[in-house]
Amino acid sequence: MTAHQGRIARRFAALKAAGRAAFVPFLTAGDPDHDTSLALLRGLPAAGADLIELGMPFTDPMADGPVIQKASLRALAAGARMTRTLALVRAFREDDRDTPVVLMGYFNPIHRYGVDRFLADARTAGVDGLIVVDLPPEEDNELAVPARAAGIDMIRLISPSTGDERLPAVLSAAAGFVYYISVYGVTGTRSATEQAVAAAVARLRCHTDLPIAVGFGIRTPQQAAAVARVADGAVVGSALVEALAAELDGDGAAGPGLVSAVHRAVGALAAGVHGAQNGT
Amino acid sequence: MSLVNSFREGPDEGGHFGRYGGRFVAETLMPLILEVERHYHQAKTDPAFRRELDHYLADYVGRPSPLYLAERLTRHLGGARIYFKRDELNHTGAHKINNCMGQILLARRMGKRRIIAETGAGQHGVATATVAALFGLPCTVYMGALDIARQKPNVFRMRLLGAEVVPVHAGRATLKDAMNEALRDWVAHVEDTYYLIGTVAGPHPYPAMVRDFQSVIGDEVRRQLEAREGRLPDTLVACIGGGSNAIGLFHPFLDDRSVAMIGVEAGGHGIDTGAHAASLTGGAPGVLHGAKSYLLQDDDGQILEGHSISAGLDYPGVGPEHAWLKDQDRVRYVSVTDDAALEAFKLCARLEGILPALEPAHALAHVIEIAGGLPADHLLVMNMCGRGDKDVFTVAEALGVEI
Repeated sequence: MTAHQGRIARRFAALKAAGRAAFVPFLTAGDPDHDTSLALLRGLPAAGADLIELGMPFTDPMADGPVIQKASLRALAAGARMTRTLALVRAFREDDRDTPVVLMGYFNPIHRYGVDRFLADARTAGVDGLIVVDLPPEEDNELAVPARAAGIDMIRLISPSTGDERLPAVLSAAAGFVYYISVYGVTGTRSATEQAVAAAVARLRCHTDLPIAVGFGIRTPQQAAAVARVADGAVVGSALVEALAAELDGDGAAGPGLVSAVHRAVGALAAGVHGAQNGT
Repeated sequence: MSLVNSFREGPDEGGHFGRYGGRFVAETLMPLILEVERHYHQAKTDPAFRRELDHYLADYVGRPSPLYLAERLTRHLGGARIYFKRDELNHTGAHKINNCMGQILLARRMGKRRIIAETGAGQHGVATATVAALFGLPCTVYMGALDIARQKPNVFRMRLLGAEVVPVHAGRATLKDAMNEALRDWVAHVEDTYYLIGTVAGPHPYPAMVRDFQSVIGDEVRRQLEAREGRLPDTLVACIGGGSNAIGLFHPFLDDRSVAMIGVEAGGHGIDTGAHAASLTGGAPGVLHGAKSYLLQDDDGQILEGHSISAGLDYPGVGPEHAWLKDQDRVRYVSVTDDAALEAFKLCARLEGILPALEPAHALAHVIEIAGGLPADHLLVMNMCGRGDKDVFTVAEALGVEI
């Protein structure tokens, strides 16, 4: 146990004690606009989110499918920038001290902002963890090492292509939880079978004591429940972003029912996760 | 001055050229990239691989390409002796096939059964489709929808060669977006697919590997000029998009300190207008497509769309080795506008009977700028890295001519 136990560790410990898995919704910061994004964020815990994954918009999201690419571009068109993403987290933290927030994205906007300045500002804003898709362990000196020093968890991504010989290196600096990408492909396209996810999670448990969350391709409450039976958390992104996009008007602006529609979708998925008997 | 003993030893084990390069890719791709690196390392020290590559370069590509003294241009400009390295005479009409031939042989060694590629002007797509046809491998080429519209002959050529050309509508629908889409394809098909990157960009080992395959250009120039003039060149000039033809010409000479080198980027409407594709002269360091290098980006780290009349130079990044060579002051990087490139295109056609591609027309525009001020015994070699047949529609449109 590390001296500093952050919100992520506390939240997973509490869920484990309660015998259930975490539901982790993903939304892109500033999508479709800053104020709507804040309203969405503020309502997530009440709708059933245990942790929140917030995307940092980027023009070139190489690991994302069309749904999340469009979310990034909508946010950027509405004026999203790194300072505003951090402002969203800061505003969210004003009335929620417990729900962990993980920022997910690509390295260039962080590099441009300045790594040290970014880590300091993220920590002050109340960010608990980072998922940076294009920073494998081979590039740990860029962000993982200074993030650890700053007390922010670097969450590792593991893919089906990550072989056993590579796992120790990938997991060596892992913190918070481990994010298992359950399929080959970009976000929001294919789905893995329950058996494949179970086998993969069992393999990872041989190498780490950290909680294991599974993402990519989880679209329905049933799929989320299936993942929750074998893993410690289920991440859903594209399906929620689709629910959001369905509530945009012809000009791409937020329709009146957008926030409640997304929260309803979060609620349904969360119910799937929370209803599942966690086997671990 | 520089503190390094050699400019030719990079990259380090992690794929870094100084603070540039590296492997900034998703974990899903990381094992594949390590596999490519392992196989490439074995192949490049295997005499059988070298023999096979040399055979195809000679009998299929048509190497060595000639080194040609452009006498009328030399007289017209009244200064340096100007040589063209005629890589536009290669099979498929550009330097791109040097790299494609090397990588397709590697893909075969690795047992890969499907080839994907990105393309801007279509030259790399054509070269990839060509070698895929030669070895009977299915091939998918990602190309921005805007580039498809401005490079129709090459799109048709790829399809004749049996490749599937997939239009990419994301972003501004040019080369950057095509590369994103190729990476997405690769992530989804890791087990059987080989990604044949067309320039010295991307994650390690691609920048080093593509450079090695393109270095045949500079190696030949060294021998040919030695035979012709009995000495080294004084100045090398090449255009830079991602930078593969330039590094191919420059790299063998990097440790010959008397040889000056100039990389010419696409200045579009001018660097001060913002509408250009000059990452080194008008960008800042960042991370895109697997490597750290100079990029066109805004102050929030969002990638900006390049602009150039030449689709092949219209890329917001540049190979990491060029970024390092810039910081080391070993190579000088300049830019040339669309208009200057067009003038060079026209002059070359009339004086030398050669239609250059719009990419080397940029290099030529810089040669035109400097040659007159150099002495008559100054040996200048410019890489004529592609032929202009593919550009006749673009040039006609720019000149206001209907064809």
